[in-house]
Parts: sequence; C-alpha cells; structure tokens
Amino acid sequence: MLPIIFVLPLLQLVILSNAATFEVKNIKFGYIDNDHSSTSRALVEKFNASTYFNVLTDFPSEALASASMLKGEVDVLLQIPHYFERDLQKEKQNSLGVTINAIDGAAAGVENVYVTQIVQRFNQNIKVDLSQVSDKQIQPITIETIPLFWYNKTLNYKTFMVPGILVLLVTMITLFLSGMNIVREKEIGTLEQINVTPIKKSQFIIGKLFPFWVIGMGLLTVGLILAKVIFNVPMLGSLPLMYLYTSIYILVILGIGLFISNFTDTQQQAMFIAWFFTVIFILMSGLFTPIESMPKWAQTLTEFNPIRYFVEVMRMVMLKGSGFNDILPQLLKTALYAFVMNGLAVWSYKKTN
Amino acid sequence: MNKKNVIEAQNLTKMFGDFTAVNAISFDVKKGEIFGFLGANGAGKTTAMKMLIGISKPTSGAAKVAGFDVFTNAEDIKKNIGYMSQKFALYDDLTVKENITFFGGIYGLSRKSIKEKSAVLIEELGLEKVASKLVGSLPLGWKQKLSFSVSLLHDPKIVFLDEPTGGVDPITRRQFWEMIYKAANQGTTVFVTTHYMDEAEYCDRVSIMVNGKIEALDTPKKLKQQFNVANMNDVFLKLARG
Repeated sequence: MLPIIFVLPLLQLVILSNAATFEVKNIKFGYIDNDHSSTSRALVEKFNASTYFNVLTDFPSEALASASMLKGEVDVLLQIPHYFERDLQKEKQNSLGVTINAIDGAAAGVENVYVTQIVQRFNQNIKVDLSQVSDKQIQPITIETIPLFWYNKTLNYKTFMVPGILVLLVTMITLFLSGMNIVREKEIGTLEQINVTPIKKSQFIIGKLFPFWVIGMGLLTVGLILAKVIFNVPMLGSLPLMYLYTSIYILVILGIGLFISNFTDTQQQAMFIAWFFTVIFILMSGLFTPIESMPKWAQTLTEFNPIRYFVEVMRMVMLKGSGFNDILPQLLKTALYAFVMNGLAVWSYKKTN
Repeated sequence: MNKKNVIEAQNLTKMFGDFTAVNAISFDVKKGEIFGFLGANGAGKTTAMKMLIGISKPTSGAAKVAGFDVFTNAEDIKKNIGYMSQKFALYDDLTVKENITFFGGIYGLSRKSIKEKSAVLIEELGLEKVASKLVGSLPLGWKQKLSFSVSLLHDPKIVFLDEPTGGVDPITRRQFWEMIYKAANQGTTVFVTTHYMDEAEYCDRVSIMVNGKIEALDTPKKLKQQFNVANMNDVFLKLARG
C-alpha cells in the first residue's frame, strides 16, 4: 500500500503538470482566400509563421470549409473577402471573417486573441507600407503595451501548475486515506473492539490520524523535490514556511476525513462523500479557473475551501517569495478551520451509541 | 449492590424507534460464574450485551457492571471487562505479537508485563511458530483462541463472549471451553452467548431470551426439570417456539 500511496500521486504530478496547460497550440487553421492577392497571401503567411497555428488548407468554398469544421478538422477559419487588397488600399480599412469552433469555450477565447493579435500586427505593417506611399499622411500614433509578467516572466504554465497540482495530491491522498480508514475498521469490526476498551477518544484519533499526517508531509517533500528536479519550479520563499503551513493544512483535511468517517457506515459511502467534496474543492480552488471570475456567491463559497488557501499559499511562497506576514491571513483561516473541523470530528466520534 | 454480584440489570430496555430489541430484562450474575446467555437469532442477546459493555446506551432501566453504572460510568466498566465479539476483531494485518502488544498497551499494561504475558500466552496457545505471522493468515479456531486470550490480557473482572465458538471445529470448541473454565476458576466471571446447546450445559446458569425478554433463568439442571425434558436443546425449542 505504501508504494502505491507515494508512486501514484507523483506519477500524477508529472503527467498532470505536463498535460494540464491552458496554452492552446497546434490550432488547425483553414482559410478561404477570395482575393488571391499578395496582401492576402502575406496575411496567410503570418498565420503559417506562427507557432500556434498549423495552416491546413485553402478551402475553395465556404460550404466545404463549414463541412470541414463540422467534422472537427478545422478550429479556426479565416475568410478573406473579394478585393481585400484593393479595398484596403483604397479605404484604408477592411474586415475579415473569422469563424472559431467554440465547442471548447476556453480554447476559443484564446484562439480569438491569437487571431486578433496576428491580424493587428499585420495591419500595422500595412499602415507602414501605406504611409510610405503618401508622405503627407500623418503617421498614425500607435500605443503599444509591453506586458511584464511578474513572478512568472515567461508565463510558464508548469511553474504555475506544479505547486497547485502538488496541493491536490497532498489533499486527495490524506482525505481519502483518513476518510476510509475508520470506516474500514467499522466494516471489519475492529472499531467495536476498540470501543470496548478504555482508550480515550483523543488517543484513538491522534493514533489514527498521525500516520496520515506524516504521509502527507512526506508526499509534500517528495513532490517539492520533483518540482525542483523535473520542472525546475522556482522556490523563492522559505521552505520552513511552506512546511509550517502544510502541517496545519493537513490537519484540516484529516479533520474532514474523520468527520466523513463518523457519519458513514461503509467505505463506498465515505468514498462517495469524499469525492463529492474533493471535486468541489478542486474546481473552486482557483487552480484551474481564477476565483475573481466566479460569480459573487461562488467567491463567498470559496472562503470555505481549504484547497483555495493552500493553492494561494504555495504559489505565493514558491513563486513570489512571500513571507510569514504575507500568508498570515491564510494561515489564520486555515488554523481556525483545522480547529473547527477537528473539534467536530472528535465530537461526532462516539464510543457509545 | 450485592458484593457477590458483578452484573446487576433491572428492567434494562433498548428501543430502536418503535422496535423494542430488549424488553425490560432483569438478572444478576455472580462473581466467578459462567453465565450462559441464550436465545434465537434476533432475540436481542447482542443488543443486551452491548448495553452491558458500554457501547450502547440503554433506553431505560438500570444496570451495573463491575460496580459501575452503564449510563454514567461506561468508560470505567471498559477498564474492568474483556470482550470478544461475534466477528473476529483483532487486526488481521498485524502479527500475533503485535496484536497482543497493541491491546496490552490500550489497557495500560507496562511494556514489561506485556512482554511476560505475551510469552506465556503464546506458549499456552502453542503459537510459537506463528507468533511473527500476520493474524489474518491463521485458521479461524486459532484466531478465536487468540482473541479470547487477548480479551483476558488485562485480567478483567468479567469477560463477555459473543458466540465465541461459532464456526469452529469440535476439538477447538472443547479446548475453548477448557480455557473458559480455567478463567472462571481464576475468578473471572464469564458472560457467554452461544447457539450450541451442549455448551449451555457447561454453564453454571443459563438465561434464555425470546423476543427481547428473558423467558427462563436457572441452572441447566433445574431448567430441564422445569420443562420436563432430557436436554437443553429441548428446553430451548420449547421456549423459542412458544
């Protein structure tokens, strides 16, 4: 069992951190060029040059292009109108038709941004060309934004995801193990035997949960080593701070696990409930979708999500180098959470029915 | 409380919703006695026993076990009793020695005394060869004897045995009863439920529960006279069939 507890999560860490990225690459790009001019070819060439787009085909007709998108062979379709070059030069503006397959809304959004960027850049070039033709024309003043991505300069998704996924693994393993453990003893009958002994509730619970706490901390350690060795995730903050926070955080999860254990009779029930909470906690943790973009009520709910705080703290400490005072709010909330959950768990564990 | 009584129950009742599992049972068990607690499946034996060992709160009535009230001093009762449940309840994934050490520790025995008792126990049961093997790999009869010995580890005043010989072979059953007699001779009170009527004959006194009530309580000999039958089996059948 012990190898499974360690090997599977770490395998997950490696696989998920490589796979769970928001970067949209290898976009299947098709176009309908009704113009066949040098400008339209130059525009298509821009897409071809982009590493994000795989330029597929020049569709002769809209009908064929639509059919192709229906089959899922094309993600983005660019329509270049008739007389594109002529109108652009004459009227200094023109419009392009872009159709995006939005079955995956998130990807479609990203693709839209890519297309717009490429077209805008292309457009600027045209303006430059045009302005050379007539010298009298006032140079357009363009305001360029130069984004600086602090704490993750290259927007490396792995840097961003690894701490989060590590959080998930520590949480899932400790929650499932603790949630199932006491129920298992109920099932096989040893719990009844324990309840007939004079063992104190606190002794029993500490004895039950301490091993999982150790496993959780061990998992964090191995995970951090992998994060450094395989993904070279920066570790700007202090390790002891990370361990301090995690040591309290795991208590919250163990409390929840024990609480679940007390209210279920079989491992299936415990698994079901643990899974229910895990999914909600993960999807509302800010790991995959920013909490700021959730509706107000959902943002309020995330206040009760321990994973949210863990993700925040890990990212802050690892990527930003936040210190004790920076994570103090999360630390205090987590400590309170741990206190309440374990209080409830001890209270609901009854030796006498 | 009568000094000689280690268990006293008066009108002990347990209800689950509308269902009365144990209906106002009253009885006493004397020190050193082997008390047989008989009844058909579902008659309420296990429920009654769970109230006496402090893991189930009675709905009404009163009971004292080893001098402690089941309502208020359940944890004190637990220090003074041993319990062996219907299900085998030692840890299958610990070895024989580890189980003994673990349960000895829970009852607060010192390391030294655990070591001594564990050596004696393993020798008496003839488990030397398997002492370091996982309990889960032992045959059922061995497990039951080990389980009984573990329940006696802390020298309890009373030991509660819930169908201890269910599913074991006749030889092991015989050995098991020899162990029960030995414990009783050393002053431990034995409270035992069973479905084997020959085992009922071994008990000092026997109570028979039918539908949550104790319908008969006396020595096996007197019960046979009372119902005018030759063996306990017939006593049981007469009562249980109503």
